[in-house]
Amino acid sequence: MDIQDYFSLVFTDYTLRTITLGTAILGAVTGMLGSFAVLRKQSLLGDAISHAALPGIAISFLITGAKDSNTLLLGALVSGLIGTFWIRGIVTKTHLKSDTALGLILSLFFGFGMLLLTFIQKQPNANQAGLDKYLFGQAATLVESDVWMMAIVTGICLFVLLLFWKEFKILLFDKDYAKTLGFNTKAIDILITSFIVLAIVLGLQTVGVVLMSAMLLAPAAAARQWTNSLATMVFLAAIFGAFSGVFGTAISASQNNLSTGPVIVLVAAVFVLISFIFSPSRGLLFKQIRFIKNRRDLELHKTLAFMYNIAETHDDISHPHEIKILNSFQGYTKGTLKKLVEKDYVTLKGSTWSLTDEGFKSALNLYNQLTRNDE
Amino acid sequence: MSNKIAVKIDDLTVAYNYKPVLWDIDLEIPEGVLMAIVGPNGAGKSTLIKSVLGILKPIAGSVSIYGKSYDKQRSLVAYVPQKGSVDWDFPTTALDVVTMGTYGSLGWIKRPRQKQKKAALEALEKVGMLPFKSRQISQLSGGQQQRIFLARALVQDASIYFMDEPFQGVDATTEIAIINILKELRKSGKTVIVVHHDLQTVPEYFDWVTFLNVKKIATGPVKDIFNDDNLTKTYGINYKVSIQE
Repeated sequence: MDIQDYFSLVFTDYTLRTITLGTAILGAVTGMLGSFAVLRKQSLLGDAISHAALPGIAISFLITGAKDSNTLLLGALVSGLIGTFWIRGIVTKTHLKSDTALGLILSLFFGFGMLLLTFIQKQPNANQAGLDKYLFGQAATLVESDVWMMAIVTGICLFVLLLFWKEFKILLFDKDYAKTLGFNTKAIDILITSFIVLAIVLGLQTVGVVLMSAMLLAPAAAARQWTNSLATMVFLAAIFGAFSGVFGTAISASQNNLSTGPVIVLVAAVFVLISFIFSPSRGLLFKQIRFIKNRRDLELHKTLAFMYNIAETHDDISHPHEIKILNSFQGYTKGTLKKLVEKDYVTLKGSTWSLTDEGFKSALNLYNQLTRNDE
Repeated sequence: MSNKIAVKIDDLTVAYNYKPVLWDIDLEIPEGVLMAIVGPNGAGKSTLIKSVLGILKPIAGSVSIYGKSYDKQRSLVAYVPQKGSVDWDFPTTALDVVTMGTYGSLGWIKRPRQKQKKAALEALEKVGMLPFKSRQISQLSGGQQQRIFLARALVQDASIYFMDEPFQGVDATTEIAIINILKELRKSGKTVIVVHHDLQTVPEYFDWVTFLNVKKIATGPVKDIFNDDNLTKTYGINYKVSIQE
């Protein structure tokens, strides 16, 4: 199946449609919430949460013996939340910095989770096979009820986001100030963190423990490049996330069933790369172009100012001067002279140049601006 | 200045971990003063403000605003945090930040509307930042960012203003603009409390001063207590400041 087949099948084939919808919704909700994680400088929190969820999956399997994804994810949610609040506890109660706390909880929970997984695998029970899919995710296992679950959580998340938009924004920007205004910052904090945990847990089945944090960060990092408005950023991150999900699934389904999680993450990374290079205001490319253009403009202005200083000494500003004298000016090039002629600031006659009225006026403006700035 | 007490602090003690940052502070701030809090680094100046505003939880002691607890008097108090305490690359505009000053009176869930936006624009006008209202905040200079913070507090239309080093890292023009606004606030009967670092400007800018170094050293009118004796007690070395009369 190639990509074209995929897109013609996606509307008719039940399985493909389910998987595509699931990854799209997942991408949207993680992108949305990821914006908050990124702006709070808690990028690694997602990584810690997803790893912390692993023992929960194993334990709920051990207790129930069933592989029903909702039961397992409930376990993941509980252990993810425990991990998150332990991190908060460590940061507030000890001298440890948050990166240390994150790393500690991440490796501790993940290690414990792996231990339980190997223990489960050694058990004489045919049912255990496939639990390791939560490590790297397997979108093919998504069924309609999973997608419904994702849609409901996304809906609730969107509703809460719109309802508490103002509170979230002020918490993200200036927590102490929000506190002085009478907002219960702890409650807002817990609310937003809980939703991040929820979104991550939802994605474990599709993208897996190891790569889940990329779903949270990549769309948000890409979106930040294109806008200076929080609302637009959240919206764009949702779009980028959704498209990563769809394209990732399409590629994975059409190329010999490549593992979906890694492909989705790679697609998201492509969004990031494109955004870093091509965004108009923050992208590397346009930054470089602006830099070069500014330098050229400055060269031009410098040359014009130099000519102005010479022309000023004569009563007639259009008095012709030898081009040769410009050579004594360091920034002079033939290119800049040509540009000045193109702009009608200067006219050339044989081996002499003279300023036009317009050139004189523009130089005078330049001069006034500079002296004003010096004040 | 009236005889009313705007802020009253009793036996306030605050500690980070084991070391006390503020020790047994008693302080009365009269209504209508423009007061500087001065002291060396680590003297607890910011901590004092943050404890009054409920950002930090003291170990002991109490604070009252016009005789009642801060929780009940929130609407009377505005706060200008240190400029460095937030991420200025946050995706938002100058106007949006100033509008945050109205969030307290709006309460939960309610969105700012025309009325709030108008108030924010007026505050921007007051600090001379109206032309920059749509500017992304990272594209403002340090002095402009400080003015934005000041405007955000002005929007709160409070009676008491707490400011944490509003003159830090701003140029002379901004400093003058800010102090003029503070003096205007005092003129309209407001109480302004400023954590301040530049001792030279204390007599020129302020009429009230508190010397702080973990303990309260002295508090009162600048003309009575801003002297070498108190400066030496506060800064620990033989401090001589030439005060121009």
